[in-house]
This record gives sequence, C-alpha cells and structure tokens, in this order.
Amino acid sequence: MITPDLYLVVAVFLLANLLIGLARIAIGPDRINRLLATQLMTTLVTAILVLLAETLNLPSLQDVALLFALLGALVSVAFVRLTSSVRKDSTS
Amino acid sequence: MFPDWLAWVLLSDLFPWLLITLGAVFFLAGTAGLVRFPDLFSRLHALTKADNLGLGLICLGLAWHNKSPSVALKLLLIWLLVLLASAVSCHLIARYALHSDSKVWKQRHD
Repeated sequence: MITPDLYLVVAVFLLANLLIGLARIAIGPDRINRLLATQLMTTLVTAILVLLAETLNLPSLQDVALLFALLGALVSVAFVRLTSSVRKDSTS
Repeated sequence: MFPDWLAWVLLSDLFPWLLITLGAVFFLAGTAGLVRFPDLFSRLHALTKADNLGLGLICLGLAWHNKSPSVALKLLLIWLLVLLASAVSCHLIARYALHSDSKVWKQRHD
C-alpha cells in the first residue's frame, strides 16, 4: 500500500521540475528557446499523467497522456513551419 | 546460476520504484540543463535525454509495477510516440536554429 504514495511524490517532484523549467520561458532570449521549455513541459506532463493514472487508479489518464504527447509534437512542427514560412515571405 | 538477491530485487516492489526514481533524476538533469546550459544546441542535447530516458524509465517502472500486458502496451505506445515526437521536433528546431544563425557557445581561452 505504500508504493502508490511514492508515485505521487515523484509526480509532485516532476511538477516542481516544470516550475523550474518556467525560468527558461522567462529568461529565454528568443522564441526558439522558449519553445524548448514547452517541449520539456510536454514530456513532463506526459510523465506526470502516466504516474497519476497509476496512483489515482484512473486508466483513462493514460489516454490523456497519449493525446498530450501527440499535441506536443504538433506544437513544435507548427511553430517551425509557420515561422519559417513567415520569414521567407518577409525576405522575398 | 541466477543469484538469489537479483531475483529478490527484480520481483520486489522496490525495483519499479528504483526505475521511476532514476527516470525522475533524468528529468531533473534535463531541467537543469535547460535552465543552465549556454546555447540552444546544448540545451537541445539536455532536453532529448530527459525525453527519451526519463520517460522511458518511468514507463518501464510503471509497466513492471502493473504486471498487466495491456497497460504495458499502452505505456510502450506512449513512450514510442514521445520518442518519435521528440526526434522529429528536435531535428526541426536544430535545423531552424542553424538557418537562423543562432549563437554557438565557445569556451574562452584567456
């Protein structure tokens, strides 16, 4: 009975990591550095959701984690696509 | 042939917890690297380790703890999706940074 509580401790620890990662969004000199922090947060939230699915006995949270991983991939692809096309337009 | 202590460690509740703690350590290293490293490419390097190994170890630990094939398959699917996503997006970000003349950190020799 003691192990699920330890998973909760790890989830809270990962949440603290996420808060520290916010520092990069605050100080990041340009947009691409801020995108990196978002990338780490996506993975962190996926890990937190997987851990919570185990601890809270909610298997549906694993589907949420799956969806989150998928959307996290789309964010960076969309960012690079959109900003680079904008740059090409502005230079031409 | 198979040592007793190893079997005990692998079958006890301790082992998945060990894996998950190790994964959390990798996430901590990734966060520290993201905040502390000097340029974009080294930050990218720190980030991918956290993505791949941190989440991989956590998923492996949870699958070990659960002992159910369907849950293990779903965790494997999540991990593979994150692997694919992080590989593709890190490649895109690195190429974008290379083309937009991102600063590369060099050690000073005084």
